[in-house]
Amino acid sequence: MSEGTLYDKVWDRHKVTTLPNEQDQLFVGLHLIHEVTSPQAFGMLKERDMDVAYPELTHATVDHIVPTADQSRPFGDDAAEEMMSELEQNVRDAGIEFDDPTSGDQGIVHVIGPEQGITQPGKTIVCGDSHTSTHGAFGALAFGIGTSQIRDVLATQTVAMDKKKVRKIEVTGELGEHVTAKDIILTIIRELGTEGGVGYVYEYAGEAIESLGMEGRMSICNMSIEGGARAGYVNPDETTYEWLAETDEFADDPERFDELKPYWESIRSDDDAEYDDVVTIDGSEIEPMVTWGTTPGQGIGISEPIPEPESLPESKRDTARRAQEHMRVEPGETMDGYDIDVAFLGSCTNARMADLRDAATVVKGRQVDDSVRAMVVPGSQRVKAAAEAEGLDEVFREAGFEWRGAGCSMCLGMNEDQLEGDEASASSSNRNFVGRQGSKDGRTVLMSPRMVAAAAITGEVTDVRDLPTAEVEA
Amino acid sequence: MSDGPADTVEHVSGTAIPVRGNDIDTDQIIPARFMKVVTFDGLGEFAFFDQRFDEDDNEKEHPFNEAQYQGANVLVVNQNFGCGSSREHAPQALQRWGIDAIVGESFAEIFAGNCLAMGIPTVTADTETVRALQDYVEKYPDTEVAVDVAEEQVHYDEQTVEVTVDEGQRMALVEGIWDTTALMKSNRDAIRETAESLPYVADDEVGSVGD
Repeated sequence: MSEGTLYDKVWDRHKVTTLPNEQDQLFVGLHLIHEVTSPQAFGMLKERDMDVAYPELTHATVDHIVPTADQSRPFGDDAAEEMMSELEQNVRDAGIEFDDPTSGDQGIVHVIGPEQGITQPGKTIVCGDSHTSTHGAFGALAFGIGTSQIRDVLATQTVAMDKKKVRKIEVTGELGEHVTAKDIILTIIRELGTEGGVGYVYEYAGEAIESLGMEGRMSICNMSIEGGARAGYVNPDETTYEWLAETDEFADDPERFDELKPYWESIRSDDDAEYDDVVTIDGSEIEPMVTWGTTPGQGIGISEPIPEPESLPESKRDTARRAQEHMRVEPGETMDGYDIDVAFLGSCTNARMADLRDAATVVKGRQVDDSVRAMVVPGSQRVKAAAEAEGLDEVFREAGFEWRGAGCSMCLGMNEDQLEGDEASASSSNRNFVGRQGSKDGRTVLMSPRMVAAAAITGEVTDVRDLPTAEVEA
Repeated sequence: MSDGPADTVEHVSGTAIPVRGNDIDTDQIIPARFMKVVTFDGLGEFAFFDQRFDEDDNEKEHPFNEAQYQGANVLVVNQNFGCGSSREHAPQALQRWGIDAIVGESFAEIFAGNCLAMGIPTVTADTETVRALQDYVEKYPDTEVAVDVAEEQVHYDEQTVEVTVDEGQRMALVEGIWDTTALMKSNRDAIRETAESLPYVADDEVGSVGD
């Protein structure tokens, strides 16, 4: 059993009691809700004649179904409008703060929490969304829950959980040029597998992780779940505190910041903490990664050949064969040169300022290939406004990208942004599952924002290191 | 007032349905476009929809379409079943289609947690055991398969195979304490104490868990 890790410490601070079913009852410091997974939970609450216990610690946004082209009401899609109305009614009845599209604060739930500063080290954070692991980038213990658990949290501000094991993943060395956080996490998932993290929480550490900004750390923690780990975290440090100091929560309240900092420091993993497992990955060996298949674990470096299914462990072969058939790729070839129809820069993995700046350095002064439909979907209205203030929208627009409103967009087929037919997309999102981007014949290639930008320009999967980049004024 | 007391789930029996393949994600179990709803009612008909129907809504080959499996309530799957999204719509769709228990090689964590919160056992066995069961059910779809959660066994065709049920899950199902809302609510004082002990929870943010 682990001891002295951030996970152990945050768990202990939030443990209310041990339940008769041997699960621990954990207090939830922040409950984020959105329109897709919460309405049924509010319904269950009503059926049981219960109220929301801690509305002050609950925060709502709308992201999955929100249109990114025209957010005026009523939404064009009746089903989306109904979900939006239902959420509005529920938050009004319960007195929950809601960042709706008229607020200027709306955005993807995993973008708005960190940017407003309500995502903090040492908090327990839950949301009915598997990418809640994102918030672990701040040293929070954050994980996705299902709707019945949302009901529990609304009713009691607690959740019943089994304690997991802790695996430390140490990424050593310095990253190469154009190698980003996305490439690190795709490498980790390839190495440890899509179910390697089941039963574990991942602690990301090492020089290559610590040298990342908060956005990069969020990209990594975000995809913990793609590796099977329900939560992942990075110990808070000066980078974390610098981010927090500028947020709404603390910018005007430095006293509160000073008050909480000792707590944040106290929950860092001890130097002599004990882990259930430790894995080391050489960050300097990582190159820009792309997926060739239909699970996030089916990734390779851009210069590496697509594997022969027969060369894989027996349990992976069938999935690999089916994936190669779906993607229409041949083992032995690289993904370099794979034709794409759509370039999607967005999602809770990669739609923050650093991601847009990164991609803009590749795009600046170039044109999107005629064969490509390219779009940038900022993760929140604030990201969008900040990017516009820097002129990034102009960089993208001039190159031929569409510049959209904030939302989950083409990461999942729940709004108007979808692949059509067998279109192939270069995507900065997190899942390449069959049908994920809205068309069951659609093909998704996951990659970093820079690599999406490079693919948009050339019309095919491209090693961004082969494209000289321009400086974009920040 | 009803706190929704849970029932005990000691065993589930009925005919079984095999769905083969590793890494079957929740987007396959219930495609996102069917989640544009505010209740779970009616999700059953959309389970595995894109695997079951082509663009023109013609049936494709899939166990959920096959006559011999209609009425089955034990689903038999392989590795990492239910990976991906946390959507409870996935087990809700399966339950509404008729599934009451799932036997598999392994399950994604959030999916298994959602199943437990709905009273659906997710029991595991090794590859060989699961494949043998899938083979048998394909050959003899009328076979009665009995999942004994309490004893951690599956019975079919006069055989008994050992399976694993996570200890917490077993206890919760067998003792009927898998719906935790009322149980957790009764700890309202301890919840308040925990809230007050946390430096980041302001005094005016401490709520109240009602009766």
